[in-house]
Amino acid sequence: MSIEVCFRHGFAGFALDIDFAVERHGVTALFGPSGSGKSTIINVIAGLLKPNEGEVRLNGTTMLDTASGINVAARNRGIGYVFQDARLFPHMSVRANLDFGAKRAAQRLPATEADGIVTMLGLENLLERKPRHLSGGERQRVALGRALLSNPKALLLDEPLAALDSGRKAGILPYLERIRDDARIPILYVSHSIDEVTRLANDIVVLNAGSVAATGPVEDIMSRLDLFPLTGRFEAGAVLEGHIARHLDNEDMSEIAVGENIFTVPRVAEEPGCALRLRVRARDVMLSTKRVSGISANNIIAGKVAGIRADHGPYVDVRLDCAGMALLARITRMSQSRLGITEGAKVWALVKSVSVERTPSRQDGARS
Amino acid sequence: MDLTLTPVETEALLLSLKVSAAAVLFALPLAVGMALLLTRSFPGRAVLDAIVHLPIVLPPVVMGYLLLITFGLRAPVGAWLDAAFGIRFMFSWTGAALAAGIITFPFQVRAIRLALEAIDSGLMQAAETLGAGPLDRFATITLPLAAPGILAGAVTAYAASLGEFGAIITFVSNIPGETRTLPLAIYTAIQTPGGEAAAARLVMLAIALAFAGLILSEVAAYHLKRINGR
Repeated sequence: MSIEVCFRHGFAGFALDIDFAVERHGVTALFGPSGSGKSTIINVIAGLLKPNEGEVRLNGTTMLDTASGINVAARNRGIGYVFQDARLFPHMSVRANLDFGAKRAAQRLPATEADGIVTMLGLENLLERKPRHLSGGERQRVALGRALLSNPKALLLDEPLAALDSGRKAGILPYLERIRDDARIPILYVSHSIDEVTRLANDIVVLNAGSVAATGPVEDIMSRLDLFPLTGRFEAGAVLEGHIARHLDNEDMSEIAVGENIFTVPRVAEEPGCALRLRVRARDVMLSTKRVSGISANNIIAGKVAGIRADHGPYVDVRLDCAGMALLARITRMSQSRLGITEGAKVWALVKSVSVERTPSRQDGARS
Repeated sequence: MDLTLTPVETEALLLSLKVSAAAVLFALPLAVGMALLLTRSFPGRAVLDAIVHLPIVLPPVVMGYLLLITFGLRAPVGAWLDAAFGIRFMFSWTGAALAAGIITFPFQVRAIRLALEAIDSGLMQAAETLGAGPLDRFATITLPLAAPGILAGAVTAYAASLGEFGAIITFVSNIPGETRTLPLAIYTAIQTPGGEAAAARLVMLAIALAFAGLILSEVAAYHLKRINGR
Protein backbone atom coordinates (compact mmCIF):
# COMPACT_ATOMS: atom_id res chain seq x y z
CA MET A 1 0.00 0.00 0.00
CA SER A 2 2.11 2.89 -1.12
CA ILE A 3 2.48 5.72 -3.57
CA GLU A 4 5.94 7.20 -3.96
CA VAL A 5 6.29 10.39 -5.96
CA CYS A 6 9.39 12.34 -6.76
CA PHE A 7 9.62 14.66 -9.75
CA ARG A 8 10.60 18.02 -11.12
CA HIS A 9 8.58 19.83 -13.72
CA GLY A 10 8.79 23.33 -15.12
CA PHE A 11 6.04 25.49 -16.53
CA ALA A 12 6.37 29.01 -17.87
CA GLY A 13 7.41 30.96 -14.77
CA PHE A 14 6.66 28.13 -12.33
CA ALA A 15 8.63 25.10 -11.25
CA LEU A 16 7.54 22.09 -9.22
CA ASP A 17 9.96 20.07 -7.14
CA ILE A 18 7.93 17.36 -5.41
CA ASP A 19 8.94 14.46 -3.21
CA PHE A 20 6.63 12.55 -0.89
CA ALA A 21 5.32 9.09 -0.16
CA VAL A 22 1.96 7.76 0.98
CA GLU A 23 2.60 4.64 3.02
CA ARG A 24 -0.85 3.41 4.03
CA HIS A 25 -4.46 3.28 2.96
CA GLY A 26 -6.85 5.97 4.09
CA VAL A 27 -7.01 9.57 2.94
CA THR A 28 -3.93 11.68 2.39
CA ALA A 29 -4.76 15.30 1.63
CA LEU A 30 -2.70 17.27 -0.85
CA PHE A 31 -3.26 20.66 0.65
CA GLY A 32 -2.17 24.03 -0.64
CA PRO A 33 -3.44 27.28 -2.12
CA SER A 34 -4.74 27.47 -5.68
CA GLY A 35 -1.85 27.36 -8.11
CA SER A 36 0.46 25.43 -5.79
CA GLY A 37 0.62 22.51 -8.25
CA LYS A 38 -1.82 20.09 -6.59
CA SER A 39 -3.55 19.01 -9.79
CA THR A 40 -0.24 18.71 -11.61
CA ILE A 41 0.95 16.25 -8.98
CA ILE A 42 -2.01 13.92 -9.33
CA ASN A 43 -1.85 14.20 -13.13
CA VAL A 44 1.74 13.00 -12.92
CA ILE A 45 0.70 10.12 -10.66
CA ALA A 46 -2.20 9.19 -12.95
CA GLY A 47 0.03 9.32 -16.03
CA LEU A 48 -1.84 12.16 -17.71
CA LEU A 49 1.22 14.41 -17.53
CA LYS A 50 4.82 13.42 -18.01
CA PRO A 51 7.13 15.53 -15.86
CA ASN A 52 10.53 16.74 -17.06
CA GLU A 53 12.16 14.21 -14.77
CA GLY A 54 11.16 11.99 -11.89
CA GLU A 55 9.76 8.72 -10.63
CA VAL A 56 6.36 7.39 -9.61
CA ARG A 57 5.96 4.04 -7.86
CA LEU A 58 2.70 2.39 -6.94
CA ASN A 59 2.90 -0.45 -4.40
CA GLY A 60 6.56 -0.78 -5.30
CA THR A 61 5.91 -1.08 -9.06
CA THR A 62 7.58 1.60 -11.17
CA MET A 63 4.99 3.53 -13.18
CA LEU A 64 7.34 6.27 -14.29
CA ASP A 65 11.09 6.59 -14.30
CA THR A 66 12.34 9.20 -16.72
CA ALA A 67 15.96 8.16 -16.12
CA SER A 68 15.39 4.64 -17.44
CA GLY A 69 12.62 5.60 -19.87
CA ILE A 70 9.77 3.76 -18.13
CA ASN A 71 6.39 5.42 -18.53
CA VAL A 72 3.38 3.16 -18.04
CA ALA A 73 0.37 4.53 -19.96
CA ALA A 74 -2.38 6.04 -17.82
CA ARG A 75 -4.80 3.33 -18.92
CA ASN A 76 -2.51 0.59 -17.58
CA ARG A 77 -1.72 2.18 -14.22
CA GLY A 78 -4.89 1.02 -12.51
CA ILE A 79 -5.36 4.32 -10.74
CA GLY A 80 -8.85 5.75 -10.22
CA TYR A 81 -9.30 9.46 -10.83
CA VAL A 82 -12.27 11.63 -9.86
CA PHE A 83 -12.16 15.01 -11.56
CA GLN A 84 -13.47 18.26 -10.16
CA ASP A 85 -16.01 18.44 -13.00
CA ALA A 86 -17.02 14.73 -12.80
CA ARG A 87 -16.45 14.18 -16.56
CA LEU A 88 -19.24 11.68 -16.97
CA PHE A 89 -19.73 10.51 -20.54
CA PRO A 90 -22.78 12.52 -21.65
CA HIS A 91 -24.01 9.98 -24.21
CA MET A 92 -24.09 7.11 -21.74
CA SER A 93 -26.51 6.29 -18.94
CA VAL A 94 -25.28 6.22 -15.36
CA ARG A 95 -25.13 2.43 -15.63
CA ALA A 96 -22.98 2.57 -18.77
CA ASN A 97 -20.72 5.15 -17.13
CA LEU A 98 -20.26 2.89 -14.10
CA ASP A 99 -19.61 -0.13 -16.35
CA PHE A 100 -17.05 1.71 -18.47
CA GLY A 101 -14.22 1.33 -15.99
CA ALA A 102 -15.48 -1.95 -14.52
CA LYS A 103 -15.38 -3.68 -17.93
CA ARG A 104 -11.83 -2.52 -18.59
CA ALA A 105 -10.41 -3.32 -15.15
CA ALA A 106 -7.39 -5.64 -15.10
CA GLN A 107 -9.22 -7.57 -12.39
CA ARG A 108 -12.97 -7.14 -12.23
CA LEU A 109 -14.55 -6.52 -8.87
CA PRO A 110 -16.76 -9.38 -7.68
CA ALA A 111 -20.42 -8.60 -8.39
CA THR A 112 -21.35 -8.44 -4.72
CA GLU A 113 -18.65 -5.87 -4.04
CA ALA A 114 -19.68 -3.85 -7.09
CA ASP A 115 -23.31 -3.86 -5.94
CA GLY A 116 -22.12 -2.80 -2.50
CA ILE A 117 -20.42 0.27 -3.96
CA VAL A 118 -23.52 1.20 -5.97
CA THR A 119 -25.65 0.89 -2.82
CA MET A 120 -23.14 2.69 -0.62
CA LEU A 121 -23.18 5.68 -2.99
CA GLY A 122 -26.98 5.59 -3.29
CA LEU A 123 -26.92 5.17 -7.08
CA GLU A 124 -29.52 2.38 -7.50
CA ASN A 125 -32.26 4.77 -8.55
CA LEU A 126 -30.09 6.78 -10.92
CA LEU A 127 -28.84 3.91 -13.10
CA GLU A 128 -31.03 4.55 -16.16
CA ARG A 129 -30.59 8.33 -16.15
CA LYS A 130 -28.37 10.37 -18.42
CA PRO A 131 -25.80 12.64 -16.75
CA ARG A 132 -27.66 15.76 -17.88
CA HIS A 133 -30.55 14.78 -15.60
CA LEU A 134 -28.34 14.57 -12.50
CA SER A 135 -27.58 17.24 -9.93
CA GLY A 136 -23.98 18.27 -9.34
CA GLY A 137 -23.78 16.16 -6.22
CA GLU A 138 -25.24 13.11 -7.95
CA ARG A 139 -22.74 13.51 -10.79
CA GLN A 140 -19.85 13.45 -8.34
CA ARG A 141 -21.27 10.35 -6.67
CA VAL A 142 -21.46 8.61 -10.05
CA ALA A 143 -17.89 9.71 -10.82
CA LEU A 144 -16.77 8.26 -7.47
CA GLY A 145 -18.61 5.02 -8.22
CA ARG A 146 -17.15 4.82 -11.73
CA ALA A 147 -13.63 5.19 -10.38
CA LEU A 148 -14.17 2.69 -7.54
CA LEU A 149 -15.76 0.08 -9.82
CA SER A 150 -12.64 0.09 -12.00
CA ASN A 151 -11.05 -1.66 -8.99
CA PRO A 152 -8.16 0.80 -8.68
CA LYS A 153 -4.97 0.31 -6.73
CA ALA A 154 -5.14 3.95 -5.64
CA LEU A 155 -7.73 6.69 -5.88
CA LEU A 156 -7.03 10.32 -6.81
CA LEU A 157 -9.66 12.93 -5.98
CA ASP A 158 -9.14 16.37 -7.51
CA GLU A 159 -11.19 18.78 -5.42
CA PRO A 160 -14.34 16.71 -5.95
CA LEU A 161 -16.40 19.16 -3.89
CA ALA A 162 -15.05 22.43 -5.26
CA ALA A 163 -17.72 22.84 -7.93
CA LEU A 164 -20.61 22.17 -5.52
CA ASP A 165 -22.55 24.61 -3.34
CA SER A 166 -22.25 24.19 0.42
CA GLY A 167 -25.49 22.19 0.76
CA ARG A 168 -24.39 19.67 -1.87
CA LYS A 169 -20.91 19.52 -0.33
CA ALA A 170 -22.38 18.52 3.01
CA GLY A 171 -24.39 15.86 1.16
CA ILE A 172 -21.29 14.26 -0.40
CA LEU A 173 -18.98 14.33 2.63
CA PRO A 174 -20.60 11.34 4.37
CA TYR A 175 -20.07 9.27 1.17
CA LEU A 176 -16.42 10.27 1.10
CA GLU A 177 -16.11 9.28 4.75
CA ARG A 178 -17.58 5.88 3.93
CA ILE A 179 -15.18 5.42 1.02
CA ARG A 180 -12.32 6.37 3.34
CA ASP A 181 -13.46 3.80 5.89
CA ASP A 182 -14.24 1.01 3.38
CA ALA A 183 -11.54 1.35 0.76
CA ARG A 184 -8.39 -0.66 1.26
CA ILE A 185 -6.37 1.61 -1.02
CA PRO A 186 -4.48 4.87 -0.61
CA ILE A 187 -6.63 7.88 -1.48
CA LEU A 188 -5.03 11.17 -2.45
CA TYR A 189 -7.44 14.02 -1.87
CA VAL A 190 -6.60 17.37 -3.43
CA SER A 191 -8.13 20.28 -1.59
CA HIS A 192 -7.59 23.89 -0.66
CA SER A 193 -10.27 23.72 2.05
CA ILE A 194 -8.86 23.04 5.52
CA ASP A 195 -12.41 22.17 6.62
CA GLU A 196 -12.58 19.22 4.21
CA VAL A 197 -9.04 18.18 4.99
CA THR A 198 -9.47 18.12 8.77
CA ARG A 199 -12.72 16.24 8.38
CA LEU A 200 -11.55 13.58 5.93
CA ALA A 201 -7.81 13.20 5.93
CA ASN A 202 -5.57 10.95 7.99
CA ASP A 203 -2.40 12.53 6.65
CA ILE A 204 -1.58 15.83 5.00
CA VAL A 205 0.98 16.80 2.42
CA VAL A 206 1.26 20.57 2.71
CA LEU A 207 2.35 22.27 -0.50
CA ASN A 208 3.86 25.68 -0.81
CA ALA A 209 5.29 27.46 -3.84
CA GLY A 210 5.90 24.30 -5.84
CA SER A 211 7.39 22.08 -3.17
CA VAL A 212 6.36 19.99 -0.17
CA ALA A 213 6.43 22.07 3.02
CA ALA A 214 5.49 19.26 5.40
CA THR A 215 3.93 15.80 5.54
CA GLY A 216 2.48 13.90 8.46
CA PRO A 217 -0.65 12.94 10.35
CA VAL A 218 -3.34 15.63 10.41
CA GLU A 219 -3.13 16.12 14.20
CA ASP A 220 0.62 16.74 14.07
CA ILE A 221 0.57 19.02 11.06
CA MET A 222 -2.37 21.07 12.29
CA SER A 223 -0.73 21.69 15.66
CA ARG A 224 2.51 22.97 14.19
CA LEU A 225 2.73 26.70 14.74
CA ASP A 226 5.31 27.16 11.99
CA LEU A 227 2.80 25.87 9.43
CA PHE A 228 0.03 28.23 10.49
CA PRO A 229 0.59 30.60 7.57
CA LEU A 230 -0.01 27.63 5.25
CA THR A 231 -2.70 25.73 7.12
CA GLY A 232 -4.87 28.82 7.27
CA ARG A 233 -4.54 31.54 9.89
CA PHE A 234 -8.21 32.10 10.51
CA GLU A 235 -9.25 28.47 10.27
CA ALA A 236 -6.22 26.99 12.01
CA GLY A 237 -6.76 24.87 15.07
CA ALA A 238 -6.00 21.59 16.76
CA VAL A 239 -7.34 18.32 15.34
CA LEU A 240 -7.76 15.72 18.06
CA GLU A 241 -8.46 12.00 17.78
CA GLY A 242 -10.55 10.64 20.62
CA HIS A 243 -13.39 8.31 21.43
CA ILE A 244 -16.78 8.67 23.05
CA ALA A 245 -16.39 7.99 26.79
CA ARG A 246 -20.08 8.23 27.69
CA HIS A 247 -23.28 10.10 27.03
CA LEU A 248 -24.76 12.45 29.63
CA ASP A 249 -28.38 11.70 28.86
CA ASN A 250 -29.94 14.22 31.24
CA GLU A 251 -27.88 17.08 29.86
CA ASP A 252 -28.03 15.91 26.25
CA MET A 253 -24.24 16.01 26.17
CA SER A 254 -21.41 13.56 25.50
CA GLU A 255 -17.97 13.17 27.01
CA ILE A 256 -15.15 12.59 24.57
CA ALA A 257 -11.84 11.24 25.82
CA VAL A 258 -8.69 12.46 24.10
CA GLY A 259 -5.82 10.77 25.86
CA GLU A 260 -6.19 11.75 29.51
CA ASN A 261 -8.36 14.76 28.70
CA ILE A 262 -12.14 14.82 28.60
CA PHE A 263 -14.11 17.17 26.36
CA THR A 264 -17.76 17.72 27.13
CA VAL A 265 -19.60 18.47 23.92
CA PRO A 266 -23.19 18.51 22.66
CA ARG A 267 -24.48 14.97 22.35
CA VAL A 268 -23.20 12.98 19.36
CA ALA A 269 -25.11 10.22 17.60
CA GLU A 270 -22.53 7.44 17.75
CA GLU A 271 -22.27 4.86 20.51
CA PRO A 272 -19.75 5.08 23.39
CA GLY A 273 -16.40 3.65 22.32
CA CYS A 274 -16.71 5.01 18.78
CA ALA A 275 -13.74 6.95 17.48
CA LEU A 276 -14.40 10.63 16.99
CA ARG A 277 -12.33 13.49 15.64
CA LEU A 278 -12.55 16.86 17.33
CA ARG A 279 -11.46 20.14 15.87
CA VAL A 280 -10.87 23.10 18.15
CA ARG A 281 -10.12 26.33 16.30
CA ALA A 282 -7.31 28.36 17.83
CA ARG A 283 -9.45 31.50 17.82
CA ASP A 284 -12.10 29.72 19.95
CA VAL A 285 -9.72 28.93 22.81
CA MET A 286 -9.32 31.30 25.78
CA LEU A 287 -6.36 31.13 28.15
CA SER A 288 -6.31 31.76 31.87
CA THR A 289 -3.36 31.76 34.28
CA LYS A 290 -5.64 30.63 37.14
CA ARG A 291 -8.14 27.85 37.38
CA VAL A 292 -11.36 29.77 36.95
CA SER A 293 -14.89 28.91 37.98
CA GLY A 294 -18.23 30.56 37.50
CA ILE A 295 -18.05 30.69 33.72
CA SER A 296 -20.17 28.95 31.12
CA ALA A 297 -17.36 27.16 29.26
CA ASN A 298 -17.59 23.43 30.04
CA ASN A 299 -14.07 22.52 29.11
CA ILE A 300 -11.29 23.82 31.31
CA ILE A 301 -8.11 21.98 30.46
CA ALA A 302 -4.80 22.41 32.22
CA GLY A 303 -1.65 22.58 30.15
CA LYS A 304 1.80 24.00 29.70
CA VAL A 305 2.82 26.53 27.07
CA ALA A 306 4.94 24.55 24.63
CA GLY A 307 5.48 27.21 21.99
CA ILE A 308 4.56 30.73 21.03
CA ARG A 309 4.53 32.10 17.51
CA ALA A 310 4.28 35.82 17.11
CA ASP A 311 3.44 37.01 13.66
CA HIS A 312 3.26 40.58 12.59
CA GLY A 313 -0.04 42.01 13.70
CA PRO A 314 -1.80 42.02 17.02
CA TYR A 315 -2.07 38.21 17.45
CA VAL A 316 0.12 35.46 18.85
CA ASP A 317 -0.49 31.73 18.46
CA VAL A 318 0.13 29.62 21.55
CA ARG A 319 0.65 25.89 21.52
CA LEU A 320 -0.25 24.05 24.70
CA ASP A 321 0.84 20.64 25.87
CA CYS A 322 -2.08 19.21 27.82
CA ALA A 323 -0.82 15.88 29.14
CA GLY A 324 0.49 14.99 25.73
CA MET A 325 -2.40 16.48 23.74
CA ALA A 326 -1.63 19.53 21.64
CA LEU A 327 -4.09 22.42 21.83
CA LEU A 328 -3.75 25.73 20.03
CA ALA A 329 -4.93 29.13 21.15
CA ARG A 330 -4.87 32.44 19.35
CA ILE A 331 -4.80 35.41 21.71
CA THR A 332 -3.82 39.04 21.30
CA ARG A 333 -0.29 40.17 22.03
CA MET A 334 -1.87 42.52 24.53
CA SER A 335 -3.36 39.60 26.51
CA GLN A 336 -0.09 37.72 26.30
CA SER A 337 1.92 40.49 27.93
CA ARG A 338 -0.84 41.33 30.44
CA LEU A 339 -0.92 37.69 31.64
CA GLY A 340 2.81 37.17 31.25
CA ILE A 341 2.38 34.05 29.14
CA THR A 342 5.78 32.67 28.25
CA GLU A 343 7.04 29.27 27.21
CA GLY A 344 6.77 26.79 30.07
CA ALA A 345 4.01 28.72 31.87
CA LYS A 346 1.16 26.72 33.35
CA VAL A 347 -2.21 27.81 31.97
CA TRP A 348 -5.78 26.64 31.60
CA ALA A 349 -7.49 26.52 28.26
CA LEU A 350 -11.17 27.43 28.21
CA VAL A 351 -13.18 25.90 25.38
CA LYS A 352 -16.91 26.39 24.92
CA SER A 353 -18.69 23.12 24.16
CA VAL A 354 -20.49 24.72 21.23
CA SER A 355 -17.26 25.61 19.46
CA VAL A 356 -15.91 22.05 19.34
CA GLU A 357 -16.43 20.50 15.90
CA ARG A 358 -17.07 16.78 15.82
CA THR A 359 -16.73 14.41 12.88
CA PRO A 360 -16.71 10.62 12.72
CA SER A 361 -13.21 9.26 12.56
CA ARG A 362 -11.83 6.22 10.77
CA GLN A 363 -13.35 3.19 12.40
CA ASP A 364 -10.63 0.69 11.61
CA GLY A 365 -7.05 0.52 12.70
CA ALA A 366 -5.41 2.29 9.79
CA ARG A 367 -3.49 4.32 12.29
CA SER A 368 -1.63 1.35 13.71
CA MET B 1 -48.16 20.20 -67.28
CA ASP B 2 -47.42 16.51 -67.13
CA LEU B 3 -45.56 15.78 -63.88
CA THR B 4 -44.91 12.12 -64.68
CA LEU B 5 -41.22 11.38 -65.22
CA THR B 6 -40.21 9.71 -68.44
CA PRO B 7 -38.04 6.56 -68.10
CA VAL B 8 -35.01 8.59 -69.19
CA GLU B 9 -35.65 11.17 -66.49
CA THR B 10 -36.17 8.47 -63.84
CA GLU B 11 -32.88 6.98 -64.95
CA ALA B 12 -31.14 10.35 -64.41
CA LEU B 13 -32.68 10.65 -60.94
CA LEU B 14 -31.64 7.14 -59.85
CA LEU B 15 -28.18 7.65 -61.31
CA SER B 16 -27.80 10.89 -59.35
CA LEU B 17 -28.82 9.19 -56.11
CA LYS B 18 -26.37 6.34 -56.80
CA VAL B 19 -23.45 8.60 -57.75
CA SER B 20 -23.95 10.81 -54.67
CA ALA B 21 -24.30 7.83 -52.34
CA ALA B 22 -21.07 6.30 -53.64
CA ALA B 23 -19.30 9.66 -53.44
CA VAL B 24 -20.31 10.27 -49.82
CA LEU B 25 -19.82 6.71 -48.56
CA PHE B 26 -16.31 6.39 -49.95
CA ALA B 27 -15.26 9.87 -48.88
CA LEU B 28 -16.73 9.61 -45.34
CA PRO B 29 -14.06 7.46 -43.64
CA LEU B 30 -11.35 9.52 -45.34
CA ALA B 31 -13.06 12.71 -44.18
CA VAL B 32 -13.18 11.43 -40.58
CA GLY B 33 -9.47 10.60 -40.77
CA MET B 34 -8.62 13.95 -42.33
CA ALA B 35 -10.70 15.80 -39.72
CA LEU B 36 -8.92 13.90 -36.91
CA LEU B 37 -5.59 14.81 -38.47
CA LEU B 38 -6.51 18.48 -38.79
CA THR B 39 -7.53 18.72 -35.11
CA ARG B 40 -3.91 17.98 -34.20
CA SER B 41 -1.11 20.45 -34.58
CA PHE B 42 1.82 19.56 -36.80
CA PRO B 43 4.02 21.45 -39.24
CA GLY B 44 2.28 21.99 -42.54
CA ARG B 45 -1.23 21.72 -41.14
CA ALA B 46 -2.27 25.06 -42.66
CA VAL B 47 -1.11 23.89 -46.10
CA LEU B 48 -2.98 20.59 -45.80
CA ASP B 49 -6.06 22.47 -44.63
CA ALA B 50 -5.84 24.71 -47.71
CA ILE B 51 -5.44 21.75 -50.07
CA VAL B 52 -8.50 20.04 -48.55
CA HIS B 53 -10.57 23.18 -49.04
CA LEU B 54 -9.29 23.91 -52.55
CA PRO B 55 -12.25 22.23 -54.35
CA ILE B 56 -14.64 24.77 -52.77
CA VAL B 57 -12.89 27.75 -54.28
CA LEU B 58 -11.64 26.28 -57.57
CA PRO B 59 -14.02 26.41 -60.56
CA PRO B 60 -15.53 22.90 -60.90
CA VAL B 61 -14.39 22.78 -64.50
CA VAL B 62 -10.81 23.14 -63.29
CA MET B 63 -11.36 20.20 -60.95
CA GLY B 64 -12.76 18.22 -63.88
CA TYR B 65 -9.73 19.05 -65.95
CA LEU B 66 -7.34 18.06 -63.15
CA LEU B 67 -9.18 14.74 -62.76
CA LEU B 68 -8.95 14.19 -66.50
CA ILE B 69 -5.18 14.63 -66.58
CA THR B 70 -4.79 12.43 -63.49
CA PHE B 71 -7.27 9.61 -64.00
CA GLY B 72 -7.57 9.62 -67.79
CA LEU B 73 -6.72 6.30 -69.47
CA ARG B 74 -3.37 7.62 -70.69
CA ALA B 75 -2.74 9.69 -67.54
CA PRO B 76 -0.26 8.22 -65.01
CA VAL B 77 -2.66 7.29 -62.20
CA GLY B 78 -5.47 6.28 -64.53
CA ALA B 79 -3.21 4.01 -66.63
CA TRP B 80 -1.79 2.37 -63.50
CA LEU B 81 -5.25 1.75 -61.98
CA ASP B 82 -6.39 0.22 -65.27
CA ALA B 83 -3.33 -2.01 -65.60
CA ALA B 84 -3.15 -3.08 -61.96
CA PHE B 85 -6.81 -3.40 -60.98
CA GLY B 86 -8.83 -2.90 -64.15
CA ILE B 87 -10.40 0.18 -62.59
CA ARG B 88 -11.48 2.81 -65.13
CA PHE B 89 -13.07 6.10 -64.18
CA MET B 90 -13.34 7.46 -67.71
CA PHE B 91 -16.88 7.70 -69.14
CA SER B 92 -18.16 5.74 -66.16
CA TRP B 93 -20.55 6.57 -63.31
CA THR B 94 -17.72 5.76 -60.89
CA GLY B 95 -15.82 8.70 -62.39
CA ALA B 96 -18.83 10.92 -61.70
CA ALA B 97 -18.82 9.66 -58.11
CA LEU B 98 -15.08 10.34 -57.83
CA ALA B 99 -15.55 13.90 -59.03
CA ALA B 100 -18.52 14.51 -56.73
CA GLY B 101 -16.67 12.93 -53.80
CA ILE B 102 -13.62 15.14 -54.17
CA ILE B 103 -15.64 18.32 -54.73
CA THR B 104 -17.77 17.71 -51.62
CA PHE B 105 -14.93 16.36 -49.44
CA PRO B 106 -14.35 19.76 -47.74
CA PHE B 107 -17.99 19.93 -46.57
CA GLN B 108 -17.58 16.64 -44.76
CA VAL B 109 -14.17 17.46 -43.28
CA ARG B 110 -15.37 20.84 -42.07
CA ALA B 111 -18.49 19.56 -40.29
CA ILE B 112 -16.70 16.58 -38.73
CA ARG B 113 -13.80 18.71 -37.57
CA LEU B 114 -16.12 21.17 -35.84
CA ALA B 115 -17.84 18.26 -34.09
CA LEU B 116 -14.52 16.77 -32.99
CA GLU B 117 -13.27 20.08 -31.65
CA ALA B 118 -16.45 20.48 -29.60
CA ILE B 119 -15.73 17.29 -27.63
CA ASP B 120 -14.39 18.00 -24.13
CA SER B 121 -10.82 16.66 -24.08
CA GLY B 122 -11.33 15.99 -20.37
CA LEU B 123 -13.61 13.09 -21.30
CA MET B 124 -10.67 11.48 -23.11
CA GLN B 125 -8.53 11.78 -19.98
CA ALA B 126 -11.33 10.27 -17.90
CA ALA B 127 -11.66 7.37 -20.34
CA GLU B 128 -7.91 6.88 -20.27
CA THR B 129 -7.76 6.62 -16.47
CA LEU B 130 -10.58 4.05 -16.72
CA GLY B 131 -8.44 1.82 -18.91
CA ALA B 132 -9.47 2.77 -22.46
CA GLY B 133 -6.78 2.81 -25.16
CA PRO B 134 -6.75 5.17 -28.18
CA LEU B 135 -8.90 3.00 -30.50
CA ASP B 136 -11.27 2.16 -27.66
CA ARG B 137 -11.68 5.87 -26.84
CA PHE B 138 -12.27 6.69 -30.49
CA ALA B 139 -14.99 4.07 -30.83
CA THR B 140 -16.76 4.62 -27.51
CA ILE B 141 -16.38 8.36 -26.90
CA THR B 142 -15.21 10.29 -29.96
CA LEU B 143 -17.34 8.64 -32.63
CA PRO B 144 -20.68 8.70 -30.76
CA LEU B 145 -20.18 12.29 -29.62
CA ALA B 146 -19.15 13.43 -33.11
CA ALA B 147 -21.99 11.50 -34.79
CA PRO B 148 -24.30 14.52 -35.26
CA GLY B 149 -21.48 16.42 -36.96
CA ILE B 150 -20.53 13.43 -39.10
CA LEU B 151 -24.14 13.02 -40.17
CA ALA B 152 -24.51 16.72 -40.92
CA GLY B 153 -21.35 16.62 -43.00
CA ALA B 154 -22.52 13.55 -44.92
CA VAL B 155 -25.97 15.01 -45.66
CA THR B 156 -24.53 18.34 -46.79
CA ALA B 157 -22.04 16.53 -48.99
CA TYR B 158 -24.79 14.32 -50.42
CA ALA B 159 -26.93 17.33 -51.29
CA ALA B 160 -23.96 19.10 -52.85
CA SER B 161 -23.04 15.95 -54.80
CA LEU B 162 -26.52 15.82 -56.31
CA GLY B 163 -25.88 19.28 -57.74
CA GLU B 164 -22.38 18.73 -59.11
CA PHE B 165 -22.21 19.65 -62.80
CA GLY B 166 -18.98 21.20 -64.04
CA ALA B 167 -16.48 18.63 -62.80
CA ILE B 168 -18.62 15.68 -63.92
CA ILE B 169 -19.29 16.92 -67.46
CA THR B 170 -15.62 17.88 -67.89
CA PHE B 171 -14.22 14.64 -66.51
CA VAL B 172 -16.61 11.90 -67.64
CA SER B 173 -18.78 13.67 -70.23
CA ASN B 174 -22.58 13.52 -70.55
CA ILE B 175 -23.51 9.90 -71.29
CA PRO B 176 -27.18 8.94 -70.80
CA GLY B 177 -27.57 6.22 -68.19
CA GLU B 178 -23.90 6.34 -67.24
CA THR B 179 -22.83 9.87 -66.33
CA ARG B 180 -25.91 11.98 -67.10
CA THR B 181 -26.95 12.91 -63.56
CA LEU B 182 -29.86 15.21 -62.73
CA PRO B 183 -28.05 18.54 -63.38
CA LEU B 184 -26.65 17.18 -66.65
CA ALA B 185 -30.13 15.97 -67.65
CA ILE B 186 -31.57 19.44 -66.90
CA TYR B 187 -28.83 21.03 -68.97
CA THR B 188 -29.49 18.61 -71.83
CA ALA B 189 -33.26 19.22 -71.68
CA ILE B 190 -32.75 22.98 -71.85
CA GLN B 191 -30.45 22.58 -74.85
CA THR B 192 -32.98 20.37 -76.62
CA PRO B 193 -35.79 22.09 -78.63
CA GLY B 194 -39.13 21.29 -76.93
CA GLY B 195 -37.43 20.12 -73.74
CA GLU B 196 -38.86 22.93 -71.52
CA ALA B 197 -41.43 20.69 -69.82
CA ALA B 198 -38.84 18.03 -69.03
CA ALA B 199 -36.45 20.70 -67.71
CA ALA B 200 -39.19 22.13 -65.43
CA ARG B 201 -40.04 18.68 -64.06
CA LEU B 202 -36.40 17.92 -63.31
CA VAL B 203 -35.84 21.33 -61.71
CA MET B 204 -38.80 20.80 -59.39
CA LEU B 205 -37.42 17.39 -58.56
CA ALA B 206 -34.02 18.88 -57.73
CA ILE B 207 -35.61 21.47 -55.43
CA ALA B 208 -37.69 18.81 -53.67
CA LEU B 209 -34.63 16.61 -53.17
CA ALA B 210 -32.54 19.41 -51.72
CA PHE B 211 -35.35 20.42 -49.39
CA ALA B 212 -35.97 16.87 -48.19
CA GLY B 213 -32.27 16.42 -47.56
CA LEU B 214 -32.03 19.51 -45.39
CA ILE B 215 -35.11 18.62 -43.35
CA LEU B 216 -33.87 15.07 -42.91
CA SER B 217 -30.49 16.23 -41.64
CA GLU B 218 -32.10 18.59 -39.12
CA VAL B 219 -34.34 15.85 -37.74
CA ALA B 220 -31.54 13.31 -37.58
CA ALA B 221 -29.13 15.74 -35.93
CA TYR B 222 -31.77 16.63 -33.32
CA HIS B 223 -32.31 12.99 -32.41
CA LEU B 224 -28.60 12.22 -32.30
CA LYS B 225 -28.08 15.13 -29.94
CA ARG B 226 -30.80 13.80 -27.66
CA ILE B 227 -29.15 10.39 -27.65
CA ASN B 228 -25.85 12.06 -26.88
CA GLY B 229 -27.28 13.60 -23.77
CA ARG B 230 -27.15 17.26 -24.71
